[in-house]
Amino acid sequence: MAQIRVDKLRKAFSDFVAVKDSSFTIEDGSFFVMLGPSGCGKTTTLRMIAGLELPSEGRILIDGDDVTLKRAAERDIAFVFQLFALYPHMNVADNIGFPLKCQRVARAEVRAQVREAARLLRIEHLLSSIVSGLSGGDRQRVALGRAIVRRPKAFLMDEPLGALDAELRRVMIEELRDLHDRIGATTIYVTHDQIEAMSMADRIAVMNHGVVEQIGAPQEVYDLPASLFVADFVGSPPMNFIPFEGAVRRGDKAVRIGGVNVDVPEVHEEGQAQSFVLGVRPENVALADDAPIRGRVFGAEYLGTTQIVTVDIAQGQIKARLPSTMPARPGETVGLAFKSPSLVLFEAASGRAMRSALHEGRGHG
Amino acid sequence: MAEVALRQVSKRFGEIEAVRELSLAIASGEFVVLLGPTGAGKTTTLRLIAGLERPDHGSVSIDGRDVTKEPPAARDIAFVFQQYSLYPHLTAYENLAFPLRAPGRRLSEAEIQKRVQDVAELLRISHKLGNRATRLSGGEMQRVAIGRALVRRPAIYLMDEPLSSLDAKLRAELRLELKRIQANLGATVLYVTHDQTEAMTMAARIGVIRDGRLVQLGTPREIYESPCDLYVATRLGSPRINILSAELIPEATPRGAATIGVRTEHLKVTKPTGADLVGRVRRVEHLGDQNHVHIEYRGQALVTLADPHRPLSAGEDVGLSLVNPLYFDSAGRRIGVAAE
Repeated sequence: MAQIRVDKLRKAFSDFVAVKDSSFTIEDGSFFVMLGPSGCGKTTTLRMIAGLELPSEGRILIDGDDVTLKRAAERDIAFVFQLFALYPHMNVADNIGFPLKCQRVARAEVRAQVREAARLLRIEHLLSSIVSGLSGGDRQRVALGRAIVRRPKAFLMDEPLGALDAELRRVMIEELRDLHDRIGATTIYVTHDQIEAMSMADRIAVMNHGVVEQIGAPQEVYDLPASLFVADFVGSPPMNFIPFEGAVRRGDKAVRIGGVNVDVPEVHEEGQAQSFVLGVRPENVALADDAPIRGRVFGAEYLGTTQIVTVDIAQGQIKARLPSTMPARPGETVGLAFKSPSLVLFEAASGRAMRSALHEGRGHG
Repeated sequence: MAEVALRQVSKRFGEIEAVRELSLAIASGEFVVLLGPTGAGKTTTLRLIAGLERPDHGSVSIDGRDVTKEPPAARDIAFVFQQYSLYPHLTAYENLAFPLRAPGRRLSEAEIQKRVQDVAELLRISHKLGNRATRLSGGEMQRVAIGRALVRRPAIYLMDEPLSSLDAKLRAELRLELKRIQANLGATVLYVTHDQTEAMTMAARIGVIRDGRLVQLGTPREIYESPCDLYVATRLGSPRINILSAELIPEATPRGAATIGVRTEHLKVTKPTGADLVGRVRRVEHLGDQNHVHIEYRGQALVTLADPHRPLSAGEDVGLSLVNPLYFDSAGRRIGVAAE
């Protein structure tokens, strides 16, 4: 097991900069997720940590050891890819044991290690099965087994669930996190799926255009997004944004939007610009007949326990997550009330979240 | 717009019974979603309505007219596929106009232009009409593909997972749009998916299909709140419904109950003191807007929702109480419905 440190890492492919000045530390035994849209640099970062790509600048340290120039094979890391490349002519046990066989481990030892990996993955009953007959989930489990059996210092996973359908993906999310809890290996996991990130991570690094925009625990990233990008990328539906013009000063406890005062957590910095954005999560929006912000219901999406109600207001569309028992008919005029202590203010031009009372007492930084 | 009726339709491909005695009536202007996993017979059902397959038994009628033996072209149906097949060398405008220029349609250029522009506006792609198909984003291409079905103004729209190749964000956006467009046009739509969110959010009625059979047909709320069997109960709901063996619950269960289905709203998490059922929190999963609490109760795993800011932590004991859960017999059929 290992701590992994990335120090001022940068990667350029001719004039395209894939990763800009990234620095972060992944603690020993933690599950770290790099989240972002395609092209944000997450896979490139992972490949540099694995040793599949050389950084243009910066260093990578594993347990304090500078491995920046070491070859992949010398880093003692297991890489799990999206597409499970199994050997079709071998059975499950031989597939899992293959990396050990290549390392000339004694046969009895291989057998014991394979059995242990299969036990961890709960696929002991499949050991003598032929790979080609396996379901997608079982194939993925075998691929993981092949990574586990080597007992590497860390697991690096690049969208390992990307090819699975929604239901199986849900099951595998559970299994991967359970497996992590059992073996406690440092894991770096790359995905563009915020639900995978939120479900599994101890910490999430949200990346955009080669830059790490925020690193934090899932709930922290969700509640205190550092930027408009993070607020929009994390959460489904994403955070609602209400743009407004005006002045925002240190000590303000309300902002004025469309002639209406909206209470916000006390602002702890001077607003430098004229254009701002108020961010509100869908579950912090309620329908209230007497609320001054008015709009028309555009549609309601039933989800069982809850529903998402979309309302058109003067500044755009607002989505509210409400109990599904609450009536909301398209065309109806409603008032919207926001849960003030949860609101986030952003500077429109930079997209940066402004410091406020919301950040007090929570490790934001 | 038109109504569609399938009566006792069966279709077999060699050994595989793809569709079995399926009956389904879709009212004019209704949005019906068939929900089921891969291989359940959803796509075959669409193809039978379109006339791309002929049923072994049963009949298909459109607006009361038996079309079972009619070719696809005589049925006035538009089909939207998962993979948008646009003509890459044509502009968005030309792609949309293409179906209107089919021989036999004889529409004036002015009429074609009007229809294309109306549809483009509806789909919010008016500003992209001059772009080549290859210069459009995935979401725009799929809008053009849907638009190509819309311009023809067919009697019925059949859609086969039209959103599944799009990313999550775009899918959520187009879900709402598609529903709005359908409502504006009063279109009759039969839509096929394996995505429960699509089914729940768009359908007026959902048909749950399994192994070629229609297991249950009803509004999303009916299907979610009152599933006819265990299979249907597990198809809808996030987190997924918890299934407990009835023996593990000391409380009075209806006679014949073998399993109990417990959704989040059926489970109250309380303090452990004085509670009848006591479980232990294994893990709390932070999904942002909600927390999934994983609880172990007598060797079984339960997942439920908790307030994101309620402090529950792994290893903690919690009291559990069931509130009107769903009961199923040993064959998986729902029982005790009348008692509700």
